Amino acid sequence: MKQLELVSRGARRKRATSLSLKFLPWLVALGLPLIVDSNASGNFAYCLVWAFGAIGLAAMWGYGGILSFGQTAFFGLSGYAYGIIALNFGDSWITSWGSLLAALVVSVAAATLIGYMIFYGRIKGVFIGIVTLSITLVLETFMSQTAGPQWAIGAAKLNGYNGMGGMPQLTIPWHGGPLTLENTSFYYFVLALLALIYRVTRKLLDGPFGLTLIAIRENPQRAEMLGVDIRRHQLLIFVFGSTLGGLSGVLYTIWGSYITPSTMGLTSAALPVIWVATAGRKSIGGAIIGTALLVWLSQNLAVYGSQYALILLGSILLIVVLLAPEGLLPYVITHLRRLATRPQSNAVPEPQTALKAGRGSKS
Amino acid sequence: MTALSLLYSLVYQFGDNFAYLVLAALGLAVIFGMMGVINLAHGEFIMCGAYVTIISARHGLPLPLAMLLGALAAAIAGIIIERLVIRHLYDRLFDSVVATWAISLIVQQTMLLVAGPSLEGIGTPFGSFSLGDYSFSTYRAVLPAIALGILLALYWLFFRTNYGVCARATIQNARMAQCLGLRTDRLYTLTFALGAGLAGLTGALYAPTMTVVPTMGSNFIVQAFVAVVVGGANVIAGTTPAAGILAIIQTGLTASYGQLFGQIGLLVTVIIVIRLMPQGLGNLFSRSR
Repeated sequence: MKQLELVSRGARRKRATSLSLKFLPWLVALGLPLIVDSNASGNFAYCLVWAFGAIGLAAMWGYGGILSFGQTAFFGLSGYAYGIIALNFGDSWITSWGSLLAALVVSVAAATLIGYMIFYGRIKGVFIGIVTLSITLVLETFMSQTAGPQWAIGAAKLNGYNGMGGMPQLTIPWHGGPLTLENTSFYYFVLALLALIYRVTRKLLDGPFGLTLIAIRENPQRAEMLGVDIRRHQLLIFVFGSTLGGLSGVLYTIWGSYITPSTMGLTSAALPVIWVATAGRKSIGGAIIGTALLVWLSQNLAVYGSQYALILLGSILLIVVLLAPEGLLPYVITHLRRLATRPQSNAVPEPQTALKAGRGSKS
Repeated sequence: MTALSLLYSLVYQFGDNFAYLVLAALGLAVIFGMMGVINLAHGEFIMCGAYVTIISARHGLPLPLAMLLGALAAAIAGIIIERLVIRHLYDRLFDSVVATWAISLIVQQTMLLVAGPSLEGIGTPFGSFSLGDYSFSTYRAVLPAIALGILLALYWLFFRTNYGVCARATIQNARMAQCLGLRTDRLYTLTFALGAGLAGLTGALYAPTMTVVPTMGSNFIVQAFVAVVVGGANVIAGTTPAAGILAIIQTGLTASYGQLFGQIGLLVTVIIVIRLMPQGLGNLFSRSR
């Protein structure tokens, strides 16, 4: 009886800490612009912009077992699409939001096409990686070659390797003239969008769809025998994840008013994989925090030269893969928890099923 | 005469594209086909071979020896990386791919810091010959023959030597091979070194014809991936026809519409091939496993 009471009290305490842990990052993120100036908030917005693509990759890789190297392809595709549409249709608030939606539709369409080819062609495992990576790299080569006046779509000049610039920012109608979303307001917009996407993704992945995905990841054959249409599920999560990569691209284009082909290059394509692998691919929230932190870190290191940041990121990735294959954040948390529980002799050993469940990197 | 030289010019371009595709893909195809690992540090092995070749050639070594040294250096780098990293990841394919990507980033960026953005090259040897109105580089005209020679050598290695038999046995069933007394871990190391060495040789062969920069590997990687995706896991029976078909498509499109359409043609081919033949062309030629 006493034991039971202990258990329930422990569980309650655990729930309380996990609740506060869950909301703490959001509270910190909400409060950040209050202590820094608006320029710095704009910078934090930049760190958060990349998190969408990371969420998408974590959903595909951690839950669906699909390691896509094509996040930056959709990033570039949607970024360019936003630029082309927005430059052609002016900068009223309707067109800027319309361009955002249209750019996402472009990603959805491209992801559906590529995903159809991949999953209905029954491509599996690491092969998905090379297919998506070759598409990304050819897209980069293609965009790099679009220099010259003949490469213009309407009013938008593609400008080859130097990239495209001068896109309008998002505006919202306001009494007394339209309000441009920049710096602090853009930060809050991105944060709100991030919270929304986080909720939607969690809802999706914690529900029957996510469970089915895990079943497919763990054993595709068994899932198929149970009547699951694995190709449809994989296609859906691929489109979902890739579109989030596209969303990152649109927001990046809006943030900096420019996009270049090098955002799709081999080096850029490695970054989402590094962030998600480091943060732990099974955790959506971890992917957001890890990505924001790593982008912030590389931004600060880039002052000394972009090489140092990339060498550091590469080394982190190598260490993570060799020592903490579940990701650095989960590794640290597990070890901290083990340290915290060791001194209490009568603590009930808790089953760590959540962390151990499914090391699904099989292919 | 003009018709003849025009025809030869097409053959020359086809040969050039074919050699480039085969040489770019072979190292990647060996490691992927034999071990299932996608080596994203492939471009860095190519870069390693090119740097060693150029540096040793400028120190007075004859060019062929310098090229062999370049390939050897890449193979040794391959052994080191296999022992330190890849070895621990054989049961986690995704992680091995990601790890080679990390190695690629570290090596490339370190080279940018250490060696600077570019290296003074050596001229293309053998000069050029002209036919009708066109002039061709002799060296690049010889490269397709070298590529075919390497393919033949690989065929001999895999089908006529003891190493080849053991390596193929290990791919088919590693545990069974181990039970029969093969040292599979050593075979994996050798195979990885072979793939890295082939990549280094590619770098060495192309070193005289291009500017050698730390990021030069990425020039090869698209072609390498495209050829491996189209060819499938079968090293020789896959890569050779894949490179041949892709070279025809690329040469034809480039000749009629320009370089850009050549690239787009490659991409479209990849997408069509993965839909129709997900296992790659190589599967058409090999018995179903």
